[in-house]
Amino acid sequence: MQKTKKVESNSMWRDVWKRLRRNKAAMFGLALLCIIFAGALLAGVIGPEGYDYQVLRDRNMPPCWAHPFGTDHAGRDILVRILYGARISLLIGFSAVIVSVSVGTVIGASAAYYGEKVDNLLMRFIDVWMAIPSILLSIAIMAAFGSSIQNLVLAIAIGSIPGHARVVRSAVLSVKNQEYIEAAISNGASDFRIITRYILPNCMAPIIVQATMSVAKAILSASSLSFIGLGVTQPIPEWGAMLSVGRNAIRDYPWIITFPGLAIMTAIYGINLFGDGLRDALDPRLKH
Amino acid sequence: MLKYAVKRLLMLIPVLLGVTLIIFTLLHFTPGNPAEMLLPDDATEEQIIQKEHELGLDQPFFVQYFNYLKKIVTEGDFGTSYTTGRSVSEEIFVRFPRTIILASASILVAVAMGVICGIISATKQYSTFDHIAVAVSMVGVSMPNFWQGLVNILIFSVWLGWLPPSGFSHWTCWILPALTIGTASAANIMRMTRSTMLEVIRQDYIRTARAKGQTENVIRFQHALRNAMIPIVTVIGNSFGSMLCGAVVTESIFSIAGLGKLLVDSINVRNYPMVQGCVLFLALIHAVVNLGVDLLYAFIDPRIKSQYGGSKKKKALSKAAVKEAA
Repeated sequence: MQKTKKVESNSMWRDVWKRLRRNKAAMFGLALLCIIFAGALLAGVIGPEGYDYQVLRDRNMPPCWAHPFGTDHAGRDILVRILYGARISLLIGFSAVIVSVSVGTVIGASAAYYGEKVDNLLMRFIDVWMAIPSILLSIAIMAAFGSSIQNLVLAIAIGSIPGHARVVRSAVLSVKNQEYIEAAISNGASDFRIITRYILPNCMAPIIVQATMSVAKAILSASSLSFIGLGVTQPIPEWGAMLSVGRNAIRDYPWIITFPGLAIMTAIYGINLFGDGLRDALDPRLKH
Repeated sequence: MLKYAVKRLLMLIPVLLGVTLIIFTLLHFTPGNPAEMLLPDDATEEQIIQKEHELGLDQPFFVQYFNYLKKIVTEGDFGTSYTTGRSVSEEIFVRFPRTIILASASILVAVAMGVICGIISATKQYSTFDHIAVAVSMVGVSMPNFWQGLVNILIFSVWLGWLPPSGFSHWTCWILPALTIGTASAANIMRMTRSTMLEVIRQDYIRTARAKGQTENVIRFQHALRNAMIPIVTVIGNSFGSMLCGAVVTESIFSIAGLGKLLVDSINVRNYPMVQGCVLFLALIHAVVNLGVDLLYAFIDPRIKSQYGGSKKKKALSKAAVKEAA
């Protein structure tokens, strides 16, 4: 019994992967993501001196062999800073999403599972939360608690919790009345066990798709906040912060703003393509 | 219909209360004493305590929140700016028209580009145009708005010299920012228009319309587009709402002295009453825009309108239909 179940659950994901692999756009997105991950891992190899190594003689150098992306106003290599920046952006993106998906899942699943009063209370709360545009909420949080990476993760996560809660709620509602849930209840399983073992595994698809897309949004929010001076502070090489430094010299040294922007775009583009493909691959309506 | 509108307006009240409470709480705990900030640097201890008393800062938290609300409701007073000493609402109302102009210009660009490209893409699926439009829109969605602004300045002002890079004195100054914000939303609107139109085109009633010999243009605009309108309007409404708020970053790039730039500048000098006022005001606007979009549905879609129609018979009918469907 146990064995058959295992094989089945494997084959579902194998199925998804098979469909995903046929989707050229999704694979291109995955490749872009792999490049960024590799860059983040290899940052120490390519720039062993670290991200704030300055050669004051080489300030504002245009792209050349020694510095493929040029150098900034302090004589730091932009390629090296972008690679270290990938670590920061990925870290912020993934941790913010992990936080917001976990909290959102708890809220959404309890609202949907317990229904009635709990649902009403939690969802009205979520409505108010959602009424504040997430970028404004993040700005208010950052202004209140000050700039640091932890606060940035928190600010972005808090802004996107209500969205996740809604997605999880509707997903849980759709499987809550299935017969196997009834069977689990009559077997005497606890609420916690039913939610974590029976309900959530069966509504993973929308949650995963939403989470994937959220990583892109989180990276974008992090760089926007850093750009307006609320996120990561100098000299940490966050991509948005690099743009913010370069914007004053846009006339004379355009490469300082070109490459960090391209980096943000590549990351988000990759995640969006992959997420789109994942949604199509997970959508049971397209199975037939 | 009127009943529905009134009901939605009343529902706005708890939302707004919640929003003000969240923002007030957050900024209540920000570092820095407002009394000290408002007084000159050499103020004595007594003067600070005196000022605190004047501002009501020695009151308990909820009393302060209540007073804050009371001032907003009765006098439209959001507090006093640390830097200029003028009232926050005054500064907001000077700047707000510029933000509205920018958002309106941008939404025009976005709707024109997005809806038209979306319709062409959907009606000519898998054509060269469709492939290019889909690819470009994906890039558009992924491009950070503030970076696109910088690149636009670089290309159109610095290299080509066609348009001024910043300011808002002449009408040409608005072109670049409107294009920057507009094209980003256009990508979103285009994707939504395309996918909904594609879904609608596969419906039976479109086949019926074709079968009875309706011309392709009438099918496209009267049968398909009207039925695809709801999700498209939602995206447009959301874009407009986020343009009013999200212009925060773009405005500061183009040095347009609107609400967004006010907010960013206030953050940089730690002018918290101003930050609070701007965030609150923008959140209110956002809520009102969302309400407007919801009301708009009823005008676009007679099915929704009938649900909120006056006659009880209709209501009973629609309820029965909902029950049956469930």
